[in-house]
Amino acid sequence: MQLYDLTIHELTALIKERKVSAHELTRAYLQRIDEVEEQVGAFITRTDELALQQAGDFDNNPVDKPLAGIPYGLKDNICTSGIRTTGASKMLEDFVPVYNARVAACLEDQQGILLGKLNLDEFGMGCSTETSAFQTTSNPWDLQRVAGGSSGGSAAAVAAGEVAYSLGTDTGGSIRQPAAYCGLVGLKPTYGLVSRFGAIANSSSLDQVGVITRDVKDCALVLSAIAGYDSQDGTSAKINIPDYFADLSGDIKGLKIAYPREYFRNSTDTAVARQVKRALHAYEQMGAIVEEVSLPHSEYALPAYYIISRAEASTNMARFDGVQFGLRDVKADNIVDLYANSRAAGFGAEVKLRILLGSYVLSSDCYETYYLKAMKVRRLIHDDFTRIFENYDIIVTPTTPTTAFCRDEYRGNLLSLYRNDILTVPVNMAGLPGISVPCGFIDGLPAGMQLIGKPFQEKMLLNAALAFEQAHDYYKARPALGGDK
Amino acid sequence: MALTSKEVEHLAILSRLALTDEEKALFAGQMNDILEFADKFNQLDTDNVEPMVYVLPANNVFREDEVIPGPTRDELLTNASAVEEGYFKVPKIL
Amino acid sequence: MNREYETVVGLEVHVELKTKTKIFCSCSTEFGAEPNTQVCPGCAGFPGTLPVLNRKAVEYAIKTGLALNCEIAEVSKFDRKNYFYPDLPKAYQISQYYMPICKNGHLDIEVEETKKRIGITRAHLEEDAGKLVHQGTITSTEYSLVDLNRGGMALLEIVSEPDMRSAQEARAYLENLRAILLFAGVSDCKMQEGSLRCDANVSVRPRGQTELGTRVEIKNLNSFRALEKSIEYEVRRQINAIEDGEELIQETRTWDEEKQVTRAMRTKEDAQDYRYFPDPDLAPVYISQEWIAQVSESMTELPNQARQRLVNDCGLPEYDASILTLTPATLKFFDEAITKYNQPKIVSNWIMGELNRLLNVNNMEIEDSRLVAGDLVELLKLIDAGTISGKIAKTVFEEMFSTGKKPEEIIKEKGLLQISDEDTLKGMIDEIVAANPKVVEDYKNGKEKAFGFFVGQLMKATRGQANPAIVNKLLQERLSRE
Repeated sequence: MQLYDLTIHELTALIKERKVSAHELTRAYLQRIDEVEEQVGAFITRTDELALQQAGDFDNNPVDKPLAGIPYGLKDNICTSGIRTTGASKMLEDFVPVYNARVAACLEDQQGILLGKLNLDEFGMGCSTETSAFQTTSNPWDLQRVAGGSSGGSAAAVAAGEVAYSLGTDTGGSIRQPAAYCGLVGLKPTYGLVSRFGAIANSSSLDQVGVITRDVKDCALVLSAIAGYDSQDGTSAKINIPDYFADLSGDIKGLKIAYPREYFRNSTDTAVARQVKRALHAYEQMGAIVEEVSLPHSEYALPAYYIISRAEASTNMARFDGVQFGLRDVKADNIVDLYANSRAAGFGAEVKLRILLGSYVLSSDCYETYYLKAMKVRRLIHDDFTRIFENYDIIVTPTTPTTAFCRDEYRGNLLSLYRNDILTVPVNMAGLPGISVPCGFIDGLPAGMQLIGKPFQEKMLLNAALAFEQAHDYYKARPALGGDK
Repeated sequence: MALTSKEVEHLAILSRLALTDEEKALFAGQMNDILEFADKFNQLDTDNVEPMVYVLPANNVFREDEVIPGPTRDELLTNASAVEEGYFKVPKIL
Repeated sequence: MNREYETVVGLEVHVELKTKTKIFCSCSTEFGAEPNTQVCPGCAGFPGTLPVLNRKAVEYAIKTGLALNCEIAEVSKFDRKNYFYPDLPKAYQISQYYMPICKNGHLDIEVEETKKRIGITRAHLEEDAGKLVHQGTITSTEYSLVDLNRGGMALLEIVSEPDMRSAQEARAYLENLRAILLFAGVSDCKMQEGSLRCDANVSVRPRGQTELGTRVEIKNLNSFRALEKSIEYEVRRQINAIEDGEELIQETRTWDEEKQVTRAMRTKEDAQDYRYFPDPDLAPVYISQEWIAQVSESMTELPNQARQRLVNDCGLPEYDASILTLTPATLKFFDEAITKYNQPKIVSNWIMGELNRLLNVNNMEIEDSRLVAGDLVELLKLIDAGTISGKIAKTVFEEMFSTGKKPEEIIKEKGLLQISDEDTLKGMIDEIVAANPKVVEDYKNGKEKAFGFFVGQLMKATRGQANPAIVNKLLQERLSRE
């Protein structure tokens, strides 16, 4: 076992016992990045110098905080004061925020060690990091395959041992899908649990910042550090935040689990479905009550999601006009050309497509047929979940229809690519918490199981995830990379 | 009713995106595919369904009327490509 | 004006609320700061920033709604209005399109002794845009500069029904609206600083026709005069066009203050599709009856209540009452004065006469002047005591207005004490009568003017300081002995 294979809670113990210093730990990670980054391509920006300085500061003046001294990475759509934040877009290639995202400030406050900013699909719009303006991140389990997306860099970096954990954002599955593809734990919290301040908006009513870790306990530790009300985010919830790590028992006797039949057929690979069914069986053996249910509007979630997310994205992208920040066509001699040329040069094809589609569905002729209709469908999807949660504690589904796909596999076939989100999107539409945990391997590739909880019941979700994790050792597997054999 | 390149051009003007003819045709095709897929939800009767704008049941999230100074002007302007005497600079408007 | 046509006017008024901070961020709203020094990443539209609603702005909106007899919406929401312009850094303005905070109100006006009720369609909250600075004009300049200090300030847009039938009514509406906003304490309403801005929708139609004519929106009206003149101009232009058989187009025009004409800006054909939709970043605003009651309790007297009081309790004519209630500062001045000097009509005359004249000449508001109500009272008491004449009092008042000095001080400094001593005056009268035997003859022959001549001579000799009542009495006595 190498240092970079350990979990946060294992590392924290070593640091507390002074068996390893933050400096040594950081050095070990930096060395690991040097070894494997060329293959993985997880980072957009490395912050080696800052990391060593933060490690030195911590070693000189150690504090007792759960994430102190632990190296981590941030998805590069999370703003960091004084550190370039690109959103994986040419538009922001040189953008250096003067403010920290709330979550970035939380981890800084924990005295964590920031190793850098991680790759994503441009502004989070994609599910493979193939729309990144800079690079496509490889899946550490099979370098020919994608790490998923949009938080592909965040997942690959954890899987490859380049960081101990990372933060991502999730609009329609962008944390859970790459976590599933990379054999990791990925949590999208309830909408409103974690502040969105400073996370570059993709679709404001769907976006949520979340966590990617090696195991469930780590997930609970990081969630505790970033959850909570933020006065700078008008959609952040004013609720009491429990210590998600404390009293995690893994005891789920009597837990009522529902599995929606719609999530196990049609587009879902039989191998993936089989793996999750096995997990359900395991739950039953642990004393949970497992029953099949129906979420009848599931098939409409994806169509409605296309409309709502594109509508919101189109106006969120409008501020990138070359005036206050971002790429600018300096040759334009009038404002209209300045806007049109800067945006044409700064945005990639997928972002442009979403802007156009979003503008279309919001235009006065289409507002009712598309946008308003989608908002109504959203209500139906939400109500489906509410009905199930009247009788059940959690819902279990596969996270993705398949395991990680190959680069360029969906070139020219947009709708098929988009279908990757089909099992995760409904959770964002309903604003619920969802976690993906590794549930086995199919042909050497990790598969993920999604657990969906009631609003703000992350603790129950984590406990159920932990129960499964403790009964299996999928989470202990590490991909062979670089010098690993 | 399929979107044409012409309509895409109008949307591009509205969204301030300079597009080539190839892009217009490509995007028109892709948009049609997606819209056709989305049309599926018209099978649903939603006449009596209240649109869901906010998933969070929160309301009345307020800030108190107290001044908090922002960054300095230099910091504010540091990411702009063109500035003059403390202003952001833009080319001719009309 | 052509009698066969009827003018139809509706106004859209933008009021900058006097919150200390902007509507969605904590930047200061103080007027006159250096460019871009009251701007944060939020109001500059930087990536990842989020709006959080200023509670005070909502309170001011409720207050305004109550003052304008509106229904206050139980639930209101914010929407994004999407368009690109360099004064709008997010490229969308947060406004309330679908569910405004106030609806269905009204305001009463009076023009030429006729009272009229003007409907208020809605009042909604929104953020202001920044300011553009051009070298020369917007069309001739090579480039423009953007100052975002004003961007994100809290605005309330108050939209009237098309209920006004003349430029005068429109002016009266705006004057009354301003008075109400000032009394409610929600805005400074300084048209020159832009904290009160007005657009007018103007159309004409043949008298008797029920449907509205083609509407033109006039922008850039930054004074009452501009509002009145531009409507008058526009009505003439539209009638002429119709008479000449031209077809009017629905368009936006701007008021050219220099040339006193309206000019075309853009037609409806280039109208934007603003793609309004609910802003997911801002939770809905729920306004309970308790909240409304709380705001209502915090409200002080409104102009119409004050007007009633001045008429009923102070016995003032309606006209005086309407002038004294145009701004709260005027009313406060009046109220302070009459608590120490209970002669409302005299106080009113001074305020409406001398004080308003001086304010107009100096283009000032009463609160900017150095004059205090107590000093006017002192002056009035000096007149009553015969210390100075009414005429001299006007000179003293002007000096009080410009220097802020006490009346006694001015009288002393300038030697303006009234001469009431009978012996002194008798001596002077004797001299004047002796020197003008011919006028004395005229007087005896019944020429009324002759008496006035002697008064005038005496006033001249005393530089206006002679007590007129005593002069009259003594002169009568003296001339009767001739």
